[in-house]
Amino acid sequence: METTMKTALEDFRLETRQWLEENCPASMRTPVKDSGDFFWGGRNATFQHEDQKIWFERMLKKKWIVPYWDTKYGGGGLSDAENNILTQEMTRLGCRKPIFSFGISMLGPALHKFATEEQKMRFLPEITAGKTWWCQGYSEPNAGSDLAGLQTKAEDMGDHYLINGSKVWTSYADKSDWIFCLVRTDFDAPKHNGISFLLIDMASVGVSTRPIKLISGKSPFCETFFDNVKVPKENLIGTLNEGWTIAKYLLTHERQMIGGVGETDVRRELHEIAKESLPLKDGVLADAVLRSEIAVQGMNDSIFEMTIQRIMDEAKTGVNAGALSSFFKYYGTEQNVSRMELMTAITGSDGLVWESENEDAKVQTRLFCRSKGNTIEGGTSEIQLGIIAKRILNLPS
Amino acid sequence: MALILNEEQKMLKDSANEFLAINAPVEQFRTLRDNNYQPFDQDLWKAIVEMGWTALTFPEEYNGLNFGFVGLGQVMEEMGKNLTKAPLFSSIVLGGTSLIHSTNNALKESWIPALMDGTKRLAFALDEQSYFDPTSIATTALKTANGFIINGRKKMVIDGGSADAFIVVAKTEENELGLFLVDADSNGITSTTEVLLDAGTYAQIEFNDVTIDASDRLSEIEEGNELLNKINNTAAICLAAEMLGMITAAYGQTIAYLQERQQFGKRIGSYQALQHRAAKLFCEIELCKSIVLKALQALDEGTTNLDELASLAKAKLGETLKIVSNEAMQMHGGIGVTDDVNIGFYFKRARVAQRLFGDYNYHLDRYARLNDY
Repeated sequence: METTMKTALEDFRLETRQWLEENCPASMRTPVKDSGDFFWGGRNATFQHEDQKIWFERMLKKKWIVPYWDTKYGGGGLSDAENNILTQEMTRLGCRKPIFSFGISMLGPALHKFATEEQKMRFLPEITAGKTWWCQGYSEPNAGSDLAGLQTKAEDMGDHYLINGSKVWTSYADKSDWIFCLVRTDFDAPKHNGISFLLIDMASVGVSTRPIKLISGKSPFCETFFDNVKVPKENLIGTLNEGWTIAKYLLTHERQMIGGVGETDVRRELHEIAKESLPLKDGVLADAVLRSEIAVQGMNDSIFEMTIQRIMDEAKTGVNAGALSSFFKYYGTEQNVSRMELMTAITGSDGLVWESENEDAKVQTRLFCRSKGNTIEGGTSEIQLGIIAKRILNLPS
Repeated sequence: MALILNEEQKMLKDSANEFLAINAPVEQFRTLRDNNYQPFDQDLWKAIVEMGWTALTFPEEYNGLNFGFVGLGQVMEEMGKNLTKAPLFSSIVLGGTSLIHSTNNALKESWIPALMDGTKRLAFALDEQSYFDPTSIATTALKTANGFIINGRKKMVIDGGSADAFIVVAKTEENELGLFLVDADSNGITSTTEVLLDAGTYAQIEFNDVTIDASDRLSEIEEGNELLNKINNTAAICLAAEMLGMITAAYGQTIAYLQERQQFGKRIGSYQALQHRAAKLFCEIELCKSIVLKALQALDEGTTNLDELASLAKAKLGETLKIVSNEAMQMHGGIGVTDDVNIGFYFKRARVAQRLFGDYNYHLDRYARLNDY
């Protein structure tokens, strides 16, 4: 029985490998430079080039946009073991994800757990088809690290909710089709008990957005304003005033995503870049201090990857890994920030180019600036350390 | 391969945990130390043999359990938690691994059963300097009509004062390293012992024209360097497993202290300055668990990047153990630097374990070289 299963999985691996080799265009097997290289889907989906379109459409036809979701929602219906093999094979070949979607990585898991079947049938197939670009309405100007202090108001108007307030750090709100939003539905209850989880069409009357320009010069985030926006009641997910439970559940997925869990694209090794850019002495990098910093980075990157695997393997045996998402988020982003610092040190003045015909250098400088947000967005490193201290270590308040 | 223990390995770990908590807790370490630095407790060693721990890594053809290094690593980790003193590392990890990978069947047949039943013990004589450098060995093994003559000085020989024989790493006339088995009572051997910071006894051994038979050579010509590399990798990984146990214990005791100790009318674990430091250590320890298991699995599977995994394990555990043992004392406050509590024992053993078979710097450098930079 077990042998048959193993053989079936081995067959699946070989078929998958062959299919990916035949179907993933060569340009889709190169590392992504920045978020602009992704396909984001949505109502007004645009492909940057033909290969991106081919890759997305082939994966869509294969039902591998979300390979592990149920087929009734447009997923591929793969088992955990099969999905792992697919991820491993995509990583091995360096295949990019066909789409980058908060619908898949964040909202989807929350809908699976908290939405009614009717809501699932309404929203999930749109996600697996890449037709809805979702954004996240969590933070507010006065509710950042203290997220539960949010004040955006949803009033019960009988047949609909009336939304007033504003959100901030909404990723790509100006390009998104829908927003999943935390709103206050009870101002008298303790702050965690008056929050609800609402889905809002960004095309609704009264919704407006304003991009925020970051130190990278780019604007991946927006402010989002709600001015007397009417939202149908059937867009409420879960129970009224119990949205904080959903919010927390979704945050564990966001933290894992930001921490790099489940990434398939392959990054170039720092030491390879260093060897191209810097002088060597006796076959090793002449700058001994930088060399040891690169080795420390390589050591921790490599062991962090093993740790993601170990914790995922443990989770499959029933060990609850929920609180560990703070560890993933904290460690993954700290690693990324230190990696970008090292990249800048390795590439010297090329790593400081802001405007130039040298597109690669320019992209790297901006990514370096962008990385400074990693240890802030999705809950600061300090917030994550606090969660680890309280929820995992049981240290007193 | 899944990066988790299987059921049998979990059972072994649990049984080691229970057994050591009763038979070899840290108090035993204190007693041995206070009793003129006794290297280990004879009754405990007999009990360890009965538990089968000495047989875990030997193949079935020698009546070993063929259970693998993941299993032995669990025992090492549990021993690390309790700072258990026993010649398991010197005789089984170092001596045993030398024999397992040797092609000298006569030596294997005569020594493996004796190592497993605990009646004989081996010690490993490699270091000659105050730092780990297996490439600069001055000890020589010169060919004679029917064997070799060994000359040289070794130091840091773990449990060397009470071993029945040594495995000596020496330079041969082929200008490579060879491994030789030398009886401890051979003519020309003088041995003195030192007690180090960890209350362990380490021998300095002088070999003065010590003659051995040709049949006492463990490594074949041109294979000595490779054999030594295998032993060093195994040693580094098993030490990392022991160090993981030390980290777990010292950290666990520190978290418990943060949960109960009160100052300024509050439990000190409620202060954010301490919470964040404790949480950062938690993250590093999560990494430690992964690399130790990965490296132990690689020993059993014979993975091609074993060198890299061994260096990652010893480097990561060395650095983390240093930080954890320091933070453990600091967070305990004044009591942490007294001999009354055990936390200082972990710090003392840590510094020795960090150094054995290559410290953080050595393995970080090796890791970089293996990756060609």
